[in-house]
Amino acid sequence: MPSEKEIRTQISSIKNTQKITKAMEMVAASKMRKAQDRMAANRPYSKKMRSVIGHVASANIEYHHPYLVDRPDVKRVGYIAVSTDRGLCGGLNTNAFKKAVASMAEWSEKGVEIDVVTIGKKAQGFFSRMGANIVGQVTDIGDAPELAMLLGTVKVMLDAYDEGKIDRLYIVENEFVNTMTQSPSVTQLLPASPDVDEKLTHHWDYIYEPESKTVVDHLMTRYIESLVYQSVVENVACEMAARMIAMKSASDNAGDLIDDLQLKYNKARQASITQEISEIVGGAAAV
Amino acid sequence: MAAATFRVDIVSAEKEIFSGDAEMIVASAELGEVGIAPGHTPFITRIKPGEIRVKSAGDEEDLAIYVSGGILEVQPYVVTVLSDTALRAEDIDEAAAEAAKKEAEEALAAGGKAGEVDYAAVQQQLAEASAQLQLIKKLRK
Repeated sequence: MPSEKEIRTQISSIKNTQKITKAMEMVAASKMRKAQDRMAANRPYSKKMRSVIGHVASANIEYHHPYLVDRPDVKRVGYIAVSTDRGLCGGLNTNAFKKAVASMAEWSEKGVEIDVVTIGKKAQGFFSRMGANIVGQVTDIGDAPELAMLLGTVKVMLDAYDEGKIDRLYIVENEFVNTMTQSPSVTQLLPASPDVDEKLTHHWDYIYEPESKTVVDHLMTRYIESLVYQSVVENVACEMAARMIAMKSASDNAGDLIDDLQLKYNKARQASITQEISEIVGGAAAV
Repeated sequence: MAAATFRVDIVSAEKEIFSGDAEMIVASAELGEVGIAPGHTPFITRIKPGEIRVKSAGDEEDLAIYVSGGILEVQPYVVTVLSDTALRAEDIDEAAAEAAKKEAEEALAAGGKAGEVDYAAVQQQLAEASAQLQLIKKLRK
């Protein structure tokens, strides 16, 4: 049985850990609220973007953008893996990577090669450990990601698609369902399949300025960028929620441990007192 | 009689800038200034960094909004401006792409290994990791 002093130091060290996890939980909770606000702020843009893309897709356009045309023969696919920069957020990243690897394995079985760009340190670490072909990466995106940080990685993939190096583009992301639930998914970005606006079925087309190709190219690039940005913003909210839950359960665990140890401590203390008494009684009897 | 109006939505990726009814808007498109009135034919253009003036229904003063470029889409009863969040130029995009590539190459050179991927092994590892997480959850209960 460990001595009283040992148990006491153990209890105090667990209490210190508990303080840290509690603080982290509270920090994550407040950051989550901000991240959710940011998610909401981005929503009008992506909604409008989707409706404009829907209009463009339903217009009788003379120029068919490559992002909207399916390529039947797939030789190489690209993945954009969105992850967090820091750990201690439960199974958030692991679950997303699991989905990604399952999807990659499917392609790999068909003899299709795979390129990856990573957003966030965790994806970078994971995919480089597994030996994937990482063609671009961005780390240290922080709690308030800016679109400008992501442009490089997105452009690497869009260029590869334009040049015909990759024939499909997927994004690995986490969807923020609620604080308790984040659901990982692998979504196809390219070729895109926009929702066609049903009301615009009659024959019509835009007036383009300067010309259809330039405008639609520009629009499609912005569209993909906005989708990636949205995923990253959502991922931050997921990260904070997952961390909050993980830290809450860590604090609870620490509490359980402390209760157990406290019981042990009391028993040890009682045992030593009993022993002392019996020694004194024994000693008195001997005299 | 009230003048005809149409809906105007000006949004950027980071926030909603303006949403409301207007009698007319003026923006600087790539090939010069354009003024849009209600019932305009479908029109789509890139806009240059500059001011968008919105003449709101009932207001005397025009509302001036600065945007750093973007896309203007006109449908008969709704006008949408998808504004860029920052000044964008082709060479800046190019530099960003280069930086992303370079970072990946450096990380690879620093200790990564590219090449054959054993998907089965990786899936196994991930399954183990999530099994551990599940176990921890169960142990708690």
